[in-house]
Amino acid sequence: MREGWNRPPVMKPDGEGELLEVAMGPHHPSTHGVFRMDVALDGERVIRLKPVFGYLHRNHEKIAEGMSYLGSMPFTDRLDYLCPLTNNWAYALAVEKLTGQEVPERAEYLRVILGELTRVQNHASSIGFLIQEMGASGTPLMYAFKAREKILDLFEELTGARMMCNYMRFGGCRVDASAAWLDATRKVVAGLPGFVDEFERLLRTNEILMARTQGVGILRPELAVNAGVTGPMLRASGVNYDIRKVGGYGVYNRFKFRVPLGDHWDVYDRYMIRMLEMRESIKILEQALKDIPGGPVMDAKAKLRGFRPKPGEAYGRIESPKGELGFYLISDGGPNPYRYRVRPPSLINLTILEDMCLGQNVADVVLIFGSVDIILGEVDR
Amino acid sequence: MLGEGILKGLAETARNFAGSFVSAERLTTVQYPEQRIAPIEATRDFPFLVYDGADWEAGMRCVACQICEKECPPQCIYIEKSKDKKPDFVGKPQFYPARFDIDISVCMSCQICVEVCPFEAIKMDTEFELSTEDRFGGLLFDRKELAKPNEHYHKIHPTEAAEVDARLAEEKAKADAKAKAAAEAAAAKAAAPAKTAAVGDAAAKPAEGASRA
Repeated sequence: MREGWNRPPVMKPDGEGELLEVAMGPHHPSTHGVFRMDVALDGERVIRLKPVFGYLHRNHEKIAEGMSYLGSMPFTDRLDYLCPLTNNWAYALAVEKLTGQEVPERAEYLRVILGELTRVQNHASSIGFLIQEMGASGTPLMYAFKAREKILDLFEELTGARMMCNYMRFGGCRVDASAAWLDATRKVVAGLPGFVDEFERLLRTNEILMARTQGVGILRPELAVNAGVTGPMLRASGVNYDIRKVGGYGVYNRFKFRVPLGDHWDVYDRYMIRMLEMRESIKILEQALKDIPGGPVMDAKAKLRGFRPKPGEAYGRIESPKGELGFYLISDGGPNPYRYRVRPPSLINLTILEDMCLGQNVADVVLIFGSVDIILGEVDR
Repeated sequence: MLGEGILKGLAETARNFAGSFVSAERLTTVQYPEQRIAPIEATRDFPFLVYDGADWEAGMRCVACQICEKECPPQCIYIEKSKDKKPDFVGKPQFYPARFDIDISVCMSCQICVEVCPFEAIKMDTEFELSTEDRFGGLLFDRKELAKPNEHYHKIHPTEAAEVDARLAEEKAKADAKAKAAAEAAAAKAAAPAKTAAVGDAAAKPAEGASRA
């Protein structure tokens, strides 16, 4: 059987006997995409884990270098397809930095509202998926999707599409939100705390959840910082770093909200952090919906097409629901970017998967993987 | 007590289950295709070409400028410009698309063609039940399949269509006023040399220029 293979068997650390090598993926149900983990097992224990990326590579960065700045905007929707609007925001921010455009205040508020709605629905579905991977088939995920559906309806009403919104433009937003839309949003936001309470009652004290997640997949803060992990993953490891607070983009400095931190650094903390972040997001939403000013949503001088930024570079980053999402652009003065690079939080958060999984059981690998909260469209681009 | 958390969670699902019989709020799904939720006005999926009047070929707003073809991110539009010209809605002679194909299987519904179109000629449809047995020909729409009347646009996006119509009417009024002024000026100029009995070709030149404008 092994003759045709060029690889020697992986031996146990003490040199006695072989380890069992399992390829989890690329179509493992827990990956909700195409991603492979080459796992070497000693019985049930994980001795080695090698993540294999790239099955969903779509050449986004190179394609973007060959087309106008506007042309890449709809493709950013398809990176992290659960949160299209934060992707749009990060890209718009990078181009605005490159061209030195100003964004009207109303557009900034709309961006915050849409970004936080995105965060709520992403965290809800991410928790739903995590519990689904634990074996609770369906129910928590459907509860999450019930809330998500309402938010997606809002997206559709404003942007025309539920997931591939393509809404933000360089210098503002494509269309203005009507008063009716803002009222509908207020209504949905008023219902969100009830949803989070319900979602929390459903699971928070569940003994099975606690037994499966507490003390599992510990990520030490030093390692998290060294590996460049960001987002809820990093905050669950107890590091107080939120780009909404430290990066100072948009109008986040006008809102009062707290940054929840974990102190056990395990899967349960990551679950709880997302719960708490949803509550904080709702707070921001309430404030933003209360203070949203009138005015235009688009910079009057902004051009849709045919603009050529001055030669230079820009890095626009935001706190996307998954972590630091950045777009790095270099312009050589032409109508296309000379270099276009995405810093995907999912990919970088995934690089420490092995460190979290070593010594754990196979079944926990699925859970730890789920707690990272990745979207393969963003990992592979 | 061990198992208390599980029971609490089960109480939550039981509340939702029982509640779905009495509260529409908890019943979140509909039985498609028998039941349908009301369409949302801003919804978009695939582009279509708007035409005015009864004849789709004569009333087509598209002037084959090919901006959408260039800007389309997935490159799903194919346009061939006509050799001759036909008058557009203000009466100005314009090219028209001899061929206008959109590959719906490639289109990603991003709406960039609509945004870049300076002639309000391409808009987003809301028709989504487009499944077909022929995956190549059946999903490659030519200009006849893409052409839809302005009334259809009004039906699916009433607010947006009303804005577009107002804008076009304004443009037409401006063009009409300009044409009228030009015609009057031409008439006045044509009349003036006739009175003074000046040289014939001197009078003809400005009149010709005015009609071209």
